[in-house]
Amino acid sequence: MINANLKASYGADERVLDNRYKQGFVYGMIVLLALFTMGANDYAILIASKMGLLLIAVVGINVLTGYTGLVSLGHGAFVAIGAYAVTIFNNVFTGTLPAGIMPFLSVPFAVALAAGIGIVVGLPSLRVKGLYLAVTTLSANFIVIFLIEQEVFAPWTGGMVGLTTNVPNILGWELDTKREMFGLIAVVGLATILMAQNLIRTRVGRAFIAIRDRDYSAEILGISLLRYKLTSFAISAAFCGLSGALFAFFYARILPEQFELNLSLELVAALIIGGMGRTMGPVFGVIIIVMVPEVIKITFGAITGDAAGMAQLRAPLQEIAFGLLLVVFLLKEPLGINQITDRLLRAANRWPFARG
Amino acid sequence: MLKIENLHLSFGGIKALQGVNFEAREGEITGVIGPNGAGKTSLFNSISGFYTPDQGSVSFEGNDITGLSPDKRAELGLARTFQNIALFRGMTVLDNIKLGGHTRLKTGVWQALRYFGAARREELELRRDIEERVIDFLEIDHIRKYPITMLPYGLQKRVELGRALAMRPKVLLLDEPVAGMNREETADMARFILDVQDEFGTTVLLVEHDMHMVMDICSQIVVLNFGQQIASGTPAEVSRNDAVIEAYLGAAA
Repeated sequence: MINANLKASYGADERVLDNRYKQGFVYGMIVLLALFTMGANDYAILIASKMGLLLIAVVGINVLTGYTGLVSLGHGAFVAIGAYAVTIFNNVFTGTLPAGIMPFLSVPFAVALAAGIGIVVGLPSLRVKGLYLAVTTLSANFIVIFLIEQEVFAPWTGGMVGLTTNVPNILGWELDTKREMFGLIAVVGLATILMAQNLIRTRVGRAFIAIRDRDYSAEILGISLLRYKLTSFAISAAFCGLSGALFAFFYARILPEQFELNLSLELVAALIIGGMGRTMGPVFGVIIIVMVPEVIKITFGAITGDAAGMAQLRAPLQEIAFGLLLVVFLLKEPLGINQITDRLLRAANRWPFARG
Repeated sequence: MLKIENLHLSFGGIKALQGVNFEAREGEITGVIGPNGAGKTSLFNSISGFYTPDQGSVSFEGNDITGLSPDKRAELGLARTFQNIALFRGMTVLDNIKLGGHTRLKTGVWQALRYFGAARREELELRRDIEERVIDFLEIDHIRKYPITMLPYGLQKRVELGRALAMRPKVLLLDEPVAGMNREETADMARFILDVQDEFGTTVLLVEHDMHMVMDICSQIVVLNFGQQIASGTPAEVSRNDAVIEAYLGAAA
């Protein structure tokens, strides 16, 4: 049974972690994360970094799709914009700006650029909804990748062969190991979750949810659909841009093909699996979407004993398992893993008096 | 307070409204009645800004608002509820009501992302305000944390009224506030509407089929039939009007 729920002030009642159990869980997780950063092996750090990078983008998708109810299949484009903008900014200003403060300028530039383009991509949302909007955003993905690959822009973007990225230098501290980078990703990831949570417990986020649930009713309450739909696009694109910027910091090289439709779909899939419109949804989603292929890889390797012929089967099998997972989820738990955890929490809350 | 002048609205060949004229007087309850398809909801949609009338004007506190979008009208102090409850089903009662405070709050995106500081102060201020002015007032304290989907119909209607009240409206449009309610729930709702008028001095305009309630609480009644305004006046006048009796009961043989 979860007790200690009695509140004596509105302030206490408005807290996110409104009981000791939630506080214990979240703070405990943060401590574990810190220990993990220090102690985990390189492989684990790599996997966790993948999750973290994906998480930041999925939190952005959650703002748009989960809270505002606008489906986008083109947010890979904003990750690309973030990654390219941060690298190009760095390349252009190396020498003129001190290296130690470069990330403090290049990252905001990349995020702002992604947000600005997000607003443009979001313009059709004022006219079209649902699947139609998904198709219009899809084109954004193609256009951005197409432009990046063009020879005309190759001096900046590197064209088809991509760009070598820079090691970020934060006030003289070079993050040249994956472990250090993971530390940064973890901190930024936690910050984005917190920001998204803050957003939905205040005026702006409530307006988003109102638009999702019933747009005409939102209008009648004085919520401008134009303004808030575009704001939502800007925020989600900004988070994706931030993810892209860290992506460029993390990997030695960025290629246009890394940001194609595949990525956009992966972001949406992670959100659906985790739970749309829930704070923890993106977290659960990216854990599943990154871990499942790894688990399949390991078990498959154990079964086949690294036979050369079987290795070829591994990739398609991962895809099939992945597809099955999505289908099963949509059928069994349309509200994602968050729904399962909700149920468990409810059961814990009622125990030992009732089940359910 | 809210003045409707010569309002015409048509959808293709269907003339939904043909010259509606009346004024909802400040601090009074005005009822709009009429048989099904008379144009009552079309009138409401024109007043709240979803439909643009072909002719005529809607003015609010002396200003013409005919061309404004719904959200701009809300900022001026026009609130409404819907015939088939339009609450946000994914949220709790509290969040729904908080949304009513949207236009009064100022938190921007930056403050919202940070939360601590200005946004938090404003949120707590809003919370106190709606707890004291709306939740206590409508006696819904026991369900404030419930999701909307868990509530029975009558309570949902009450929450929708609460959301409109949280806007601190000058004019409140109620589209069939007691439709589908039993006698007890109807009496409760009628009491709340009278309380709203009494406590906040809100001007109320309501569409309703429940004649007992309309006759009891309205000070002025407007009768529509096939888009035309066939009568207006006090409940006593309207109930004696031949055109009204004919519209509702058919002409005497």
